[in-house]
Formats: sequence, C-alpha cells, structure tokens
Amino acid sequence: MKMLITILLGAALVAGLAWASPEDDRKAFIEHYQKRFPKVALDDYVNGVYAIDEAAYEQWLEIEEFAPYELAMAEGKELFETPFANGKTYADCFPNGGIGIRQDYPYFDTESGQVKTLELEINECREKNGEKPYGYKKGPIAAISAYMAFTSRGNKLNIVIPDDPRALAAYESGKEFYYSKRGQLNFSCADCHVYNPGMMVRADKLSPALGHPTHFPVYRSKWDDMGTLHRRFDGCNKQVRAKPLPAQGEDYRNLEYFVTYMSNGMEVNGPGARK
Amino acid sequence: MMKKTRLVALMTTVLCAFGAMLLPAAGTMAEEAASAIEQGKAIAFDRKKGNCLACHMIATGDLPGNIGPPLVAMSMRYPDKAKLRAQIWDSTAANPMSTMPPFGTHRILSEDEIDLVTEFIYVQ
Ligand code: HEC
Ligand code: HEC
Repeated sequence: MKMLITILLGAALVAGLAWASPEDDRKAFIEHYQKRFPKVALDDYVNGVYAIDEAAYEQWLEIEEFAPYELAMAEGKELFETPFANGKTYADCFPNGGIGIRQDYPYFDTESGQVKTLELEINECREKNGEKPYGYKKGPIAAISAYMAFTSRGNKLNIVIPDDPRALAAYESGKEFYYSKRGQLNFSCADCHVYNPGMMVRADKLSPALGHPTHFPVYRSKWDDMGTLHRRFDGCNKQVRAKPLPAQGEDYRNLEYFVTYMSNGMEVNGPGARK
Repeated sequence: MMKKTRLVALMTTVLCAFGAMLLPAAGTMAEEAASAIEQGKAIAFDRKKGNCLACHMIATGDLPGNIGPPLVAMSMRYPDKAKLRAQIWDSTAANPMSTMPPFGTHRILSEDEIDLVTEFIYVQ
C-alpha cells in the first residue's frame, strides 16, 4: 500500500494529475525541467548531462570529435549489409530498408500486443532468416543499432500510442516502473533523473531524463565499449542493488516506451558518447 | 577500491591495537567512544556500506555528493541521539519519498553498524 501511494505521489507530482494522458505527462515533464533549468534550451536535452554541465561540455565535444563509436558504426554497417545464409538482408525486414527509421522505435505492435524495440526486431529478423539471435546488451547488436541510429540522425522521435487499451497499459506500466522505488537502496529512476538532475552522486552529475534515449546506443568510457539502452537500464538497476531484469523483457521494453515517449519531438543523435 | 577500504580498515585495526599497547589502561570509556567513532566513520565512508558521501558533505570526506543536506552541527540539531539513529535506520518514516536509503529496514547495515555510524555522525 505504502508503495502504491509512493508511486501515485511521484507520478502525480510530476504529471500534476494522477490520471493524466500521456500527452499531459509529456508536457508536465518538459515544464518540470524547464523550471529547474530555465537557461537550458529544449533542443539541448539531447546532450544528456552535458546540457547542464558547462565544464564537462567542452571536454565532451572533444571526445565526440574523435567519435569513439566510429568503429562500431562501420562494423554495424557491414553487418547490416551482409546477406544472411539465405541471401536475404536486414533491409528486407524493416520499413524503408531499415534506413532512417530509428525515430519510430519503440512502437506498439497491435498484432502481437507488445512493445517492439529496434533491437528486438533486429533479432526477430535474424531468427526469421534462420540465424542465431545476438545478445541484447553489447557487441554486434549495438553495432547494427548504432549504424541504424546514424542513418536516422536529425529525424525527430515519433513514438505513437495507438488507440488500443493494451498500448496505454504498456505505457502506464513503464511509467509506474519509472516512479517505483526498488532495490535494497530504495531508489526509483525518478529519484535520480527527475527529482535530482544536476545534483552530484559522489563525482557523477545526474542527468535529466528528458532526452535520455535520443543518442543510444552509446559508447561509454567507463565500459570502454558500446552498450544498448537496456544495458544502461541494467547498470542503473544494479546501482541500487535491485534484481537485474532481462534485457528486452517486457518490463524494460515498456520502460523504454515510456521514457522515449517523454522525449517525443527531440532529434535522434545516436550513437553518442558518454563518460 | 575494495583494496583501499580494506587497507584503511586494517590500518585502523593496527593503530587501535598499537594504541591499546601504549596505554596499559585499555578499555576506558573515552577510548571506547573514540574507537566507536572511528569504526562508525569507516562504515559511513565505505562505498559498499554506508556510502553516506554519495549524498552528504561530511567533514574530511572526499568528493561528496549533494542530494542530501551537509551533515554538520549534528548534536545541536539532533540533541536526542535516538532521533538521529531513527533517521539513519529508516529515512522513509519521516519522508516516504526520501531518496535516502532506509539503512536499517532494508538491512543495508546491521543494528551494530548503525549504532557505530550514529556515534560518528553525532559528533559532526
Ligand atoms: C542512484 C542514482 C540512479 C538511479 C536510481 C538511476 N540512475 Fe540512471 N544514471 C545514474 C548516473 C550517475 C548516470 C550517469 C550520469 C548521467 O548521465 O546521469 C545515469 C545514466 C542513465 C542513462 C544514460 C544517460 C545518457 O545520457 O547516456 C539512462 C538512460 C538512465 N540512467 C536511465 C535510468 C533508469 C531507466 C533508471 C531506473 C531503472 C535509472 N536510470 C536509475 C544514476 C541513477
Ligand atoms: C542517496 C542519497 C543519500 C544517502 C546515500 C544518504 N542520505 Fe542521508 N539524507 C538524504 C536526503 C535527501 C536527506 C534529506 C531528508 C530526506 O529527504 O529524507 C537526508 C537526511 C539525512 C539526515 C537528516 C539531516 C538533517 O539535516 O536533518 C541524516 C542525519 C542523514 N541523512 C544521515 C545519513 C547517513 C549517516 C548516511 C549513510 C549511512 C546517509 N544519510 C546516506 C540522502 C541520502
């Protein structure tokens, strides 16, 4: 009960209303950050923590200049273009041959009643063509996803919640996840990225949730490697000593649906680089 | 990191043992209190234990976060040590939305560890 009240309070605080529509939620979300960071332009949130950290921003620009994700992107392009054993390619599985479509993911698939992410469909494409699926957190899937994001740079996130009660339920479940406290340390995602962006956790400045998904997959210096959004979810969950959930399981897919919807209208700028 | 913490803990133990040798009248109340504060500090600063510095400025602690208020003038603000302990035991009792982990109710620290941390925070 106490948990439920906490969730409702949390959602109500940001959304203003407990039973707001997703569009109301999104507007309230943006307002919340604009109040907190009146000097940050809406378009700059795609730069994550660097949008609110001037000192780190310059350093980051230098890192981006050498684009540490370049190698993965080239590898991703090659994988993307190499035909499967049956002669088909990824282009056959996706709308527009898979080029410039990142902004439409994740979407709610009314046929299967599930949220579909780009990484999930990359693996579905492989399996449909008789290939083994990849692991979801790093490696070839991050490389292919990086290439596909790159071909979509500048396109605006366009997450749709179709008129289907299951789609709204998926969104609501992602939202509930975001505001629920979890793990031994008792943190919600919102505790760090909604209520405390700009604050320091030791030497790390917390980023705003607005704009979080635009640049994934990401090259992270700490990993010295590329990782997908679900790899990042996993890391944040582990930080609070919560039970890790499977990448591309229903919980994380619904979470991605909510988080990405909140950033609707922002430009895809993946792949990105972060500390 | 683990190694450094262990080393600090080891050094503390060695220093304590050394201190005890120098002072034949070991076990006086003052010494016990001093050792409780030292132990409390080690637990409070240990990233795998209290990790209080993640969110609070505490004197002599490096790279503090600032999600929580600086822990200063504590005995003035918490004349009743039990109230201070209660805040560390379960921060959500006073504020259900607190971002501070409930160290006692979630078994992050043991009863004894929380006693020691309380001794240390009380003298800040
Ligand atoms: C205890 C604090 C904390 C909690 C709780 C937390 N995070 Fe994070 N998160 C961080 C830190 C620190 C970083 C790295 C610095 C930054 O970008 O904020 C980060 C980074 C991220 C990033 C990458 C941002 C970027 O620009 O690349 C995403 C996405 C993210 N978190 C999502 C989540 C989600 C979803 C949850 C809940 C499941 C969550 N976080 C819970 C602390 C937290
Ligand atoms: C992740 C953040 C976080 C961590 C870790 C944390 N705290 Fe806190 N603490 C807070 C916040 C936020 C408050 C403000 C009150 C509230 O919201 O519950 C607080 C309040 C307090 C207070 C009351 C201060 C006052 O001015 O009344 C004490 C005492 C305290 N914390 C001690 C500790 C100790 C001791 C530890 C480690 C064992 C610790 N905290 C770890 C976030 C944290």
